[in-house]
Amino acid sequence: MSGVGGVNGVDASRARTEPAAAAPAEARGAGGTGIRERLADWGFPVLGMVVVIALWWLATVVFSIEKFLVPSPKDVVDAFTEHAGFLLAQSWVTLLETVEGFALSIVVGVPIAVLIASSRLIERMIYPLLLVVNAVPKIAIAPILVVWMGFGQLPKIVMVFLLCFFPIVISTASGLRSTPAELVELVRSLDASRVQAFFKVRFPYALPQVLVGFKVAISLAVIGAVIAEFVGADAGLGFVIVQSGASADTPLAFAAMALLGLISIVLFYGLAALERRLLPWAEENR
Amino acid sequence: MIQLSHVSQVFAGRQGQVHALDDIDLEVRRNEFVTLVGRSGCGKSTMLRMIAGLLTPTSGTVTVAGEPVTKPRRDVSFMFQRPALLPWRPVLENVLLPVEILGLDRDSHRRRAHELLELVGLAGFEKRLPHELSGGMQQRVSLCRSLIQNPNVLLMDEPFSALDALTREELSVELQRIRMEQETTIVFVTHSIEEAVLLADRVVVLSARPGRLRRIVEVDIPRPRTLGHNAHADRVTEVSAELHELLMPVRTGETA
Ligand SMILES: Nc1ncnc2c1ncn2[C@@H]1O[C@H](COP(=O)(O)OP(=O)(O)O)[C@@H](O)[C@H]1O
Ligand SMILES: [Mg+2]
Repeated sequence: MSGVGGVNGVDASRARTEPAAAAPAEARGAGGTGIRERLADWGFPVLGMVVVIALWWLATVVFSIEKFLVPSPKDVVDAFTEHAGFLLAQSWVTLLETVEGFALSIVVGVPIAVLIASSRLIERMIYPLLLVVNAVPKIAIAPILVVWMGFGQLPKIVMVFLLCFFPIVISTASGLRSTPAELVELVRSLDASRVQAFFKVRFPYALPQVLVGFKVAISLAVIGAVIAEFVGADAGLGFVIVQSGASADTPLAFAAMALLGLISIVLFYGLAALERRLLPWAEENR
Repeated sequence: MIQLSHVSQVFAGRQGQVHALDDIDLEVRRNEFVTLVGRSGCGKSTMLRMIAGLLTPTSGTVTVAGEPVTKPRRDVSFMFQRPALLPWRPVLENVLLPVEILGLDRDSHRRRAHELLELVGLAGFEKRLPHELSGGMQQRVSLCRSLIQNPNVLLMDEPFSALDALTREELSVELQRIRMEQETTIVFVTHSIEEAVLLADRVVVLSARPGRLRRIVEVDIPRPRTLGHNAHADRVTEVSAELHELLMPVRTGETA
């Protein structure tokens, strides 16, 4: 859990201050091939996790902490097995909200970024508006979304969208603007149309930056879904956490939190893997 | 093939106007190889960009094949100092970029791309990505790309100047060989006197700002030319010395 929180925190703060500068660090995934590197990539993180869980267990036993305050790892695992079907169904709900909101922010955000990058005039019109909208704390909007859209999935999707939209627009627009001067000249010297220039050069060149935006957004997406579920929902992992909090079923809340972390990690590394598949050239060029 | 008459260029810079070129008159014949030398900032790139249709002169006219240049022409290609390759495209696809943009026949040009790559010693590298190649190899790919549409005019702006001396010489020799196999009018900007003499039929010397046409030197040395020891070494030295004096006017008093 702490690992996921860390990833989200770093990405979110970077997105706000310097989306472009975040590129190099983000672009590099774990890429070792030797056994030693493989061990460093996977062995040590797993070891760290095992140690933390062992300490956690030890603490609950030694200090005989009440189960409803801090459950032991075994209590959490028991909650898992006892409510497996239920938890899975709720995970599915949250996952769907997350992915749908994320997809929506891509569908809307990328074209807007294209507009911003293609004309200074449009940039000047839209950009300040975006900044203002982004400055509003999203949590403040959540109750209003419930008023407007009820308890269904829609307000959750909209919430996810609101969180994902901004980083995607910003990094896509900055990627589209970063076409090197020599490539611009090349395209000009071939008398290419704007459409040709866009699809053959500018957009592909921006893709690594676009992916940076996606990775920042996907981490925020899960947070958005949970926030919206906290405020008003009848399904989803956020709903489970609120419910089990009310009935002091802390082990179940922990189980739901662990699942949220898992969703976050899987989505993030899924994107990272996709990036390595699709843009093998990106790592070498930045 | 290329004609510049009374061409001048004034840029509006931050600190007032920059007079980049002043009243240039120049004719480049069909299939001629002209090198353009001059101190840095004397307007060489500016001149080339005008011929390419990337820049409209402040005054005067530029014509290519008898037609005034108003925008980039399909039969004129440009090669830059930097390779300017698309990093996600394999070598072959980079060479074929102009074919796609100009809407030429893909199959026949694919064959041609293979031939060109073989000509510059890159056979077998078709599927590599640019970052897997050395600087010299990347610039060879760039050369192939600028030749793919079989241009009537090839404009080259210091294309080898970012390379090490040996690679540069190798490429100069290759460029001569390619040119013997296919006729093209070439205007080649360089600040290397050696390169200018090695490649050119005529060397056009520009004076420092504002760029004026200072002298045109005929290079009547038989081809293929190479640097180092050969039958024409004396003549190469002679022409180089002449150019050197033109470009370094202050020093001539001491050495001559
Ligand atoms: N777009 C531009 N705007 C303002 N000044 C320019 C521009 N392009 C070139 N110059 C100026 O014109 C002069 C000639 O430039 P250039 O043709 O690039 O020289 P060269 O290629 O011979 O080194 C330089 O002083 C340069 O600063
Ligand atoms: Mg120049």
